[in-house]
Amino acid sequence: MVYLLIIISAIFVNNIVFSQFLGICPFLGVSKKIDTAAGMGAAVTFVLTLATVVTYLLQHFVLIPFHVEFLQTILFILVIAALVQMIEIVLKKISPSLYQALGVFLPLITTNCCILGVAILVGDGTWAGKVPGAEANLLQGTIYAFATAVGFAVALILFAGIREQLAMNKIPKAMQGTPIALLTAGLLAMAFMGFSGVV
Amino acid sequence: MSKALNTFTNGLLRENPTFGLVLGMCPTLATTTSAINGMSMGLATLFVLVCSNVVISLLRNLIPDKVHIPAYIVVIASFVTMVQLLMQAYLPAIYETLGLFIPLIVVNCIVLGRAEAFAAKNNAGLSALDGLGMGLGFTLSLTVLGAVRELLGSGMCFNMPVFPENYGMLIFVLAPGAFIALAYLMALIQKLMKK
Repeated sequence: MVYLLIIISAIFVNNIVFSQFLGICPFLGVSKKIDTAAGMGAAVTFVLTLATVVTYLLQHFVLIPFHVEFLQTILFILVIAALVQMIEIVLKKISPSLYQALGVFLPLITTNCCILGVAILVGDGTWAGKVPGAEANLLQGTIYAFATAVGFAVALILFAGIREQLAMNKIPKAMQGTPIALLTAGLLAMAFMGFSGVV
Repeated sequence: MSKALNTFTNGLLRENPTFGLVLGMCPTLATTTSAINGMSMGLATLFVLVCSNVVISLLRNLIPDKVHIPAYIVVIASFVTMVQLLMQAYLPAIYETLGLFIPLIVVNCIVLGRAEAFAAKNNAGLSALDGLGMGLGFTLSLTVLGAVRELLGSGMCFNMPVFPENYGMLIFVLAPGAFIALAYLMALIQKLMKK
């Protein structure tokens, strides 16, 4: 039951883009077409889940035992950067077709703040405060990270669908480009507010 | 002299990180619930930006080209950790509100972007000015956005009441208001810049 709560909370109620403001850059940058949005969403899901597991283990078996928690930021960002590189190399070798689909997005992911953000939230265990009954252990943290990434993909694909339609409409000159995209995101965020109180 | 002035005003106006380059959107939207919060986030970023620009500029001939991105990230992350510890010690209340977004300065595209685009090619003095200009530009936009949201959302400006008590459109303090306020501010600036 608690797993279901975590998943619903992470995808809808506390959606990473619309209520936590993480990963806005790729959200605005690669959302002009549904195909690319889906590719980016898949790449983020893959990297975020892996990165969270690795950083959680580092936090609990290296940082905390040696009392060097203040090195968290430096260690996590380096591990994430290295991990993204490794995933790129491994994918190229093992599954060229998957690499073809995700390859272009992988380098962009290092500076995607939702990866580092979620890694820190799960490492510190602060995420569990938002879901009643959740415990900040590895299994639940990983599920939370995976669901958060799915929430990111959902937001990205929804937004891309709207933007594809928007491209065909006439928009006032001052609103063209980023302003209209932000306004659309604002309305979507308002819609997602409807989920608050579900969990 | 004019080059120095140009470097400084570039980030402040022409290439303003938020309204011109549209970089660093996450902290811009997340931390501007009030003018003070926006300003503190801007100043924290300003500090990291100036320090990392200077250090990277001094090290630019020592860092091998192949590993320059990881090296820059380590420099930036060190300064971010410094800000984090300093704020925790001296400004615990603000550190609490900004929370996660202080460590996330590391992945703010402005910082790495300026290191790569400016500090790696110019001397330390100019890089410091560039960091200062960009940082102040960022602080300015965050403060303006924060002030607008605070005024509309709770009828206050820098924590001082402007409108009567029960005034306030709560939505502007919440998530959707961030997107909407920034959208209209950006449209306004696009309109003014054209003329």
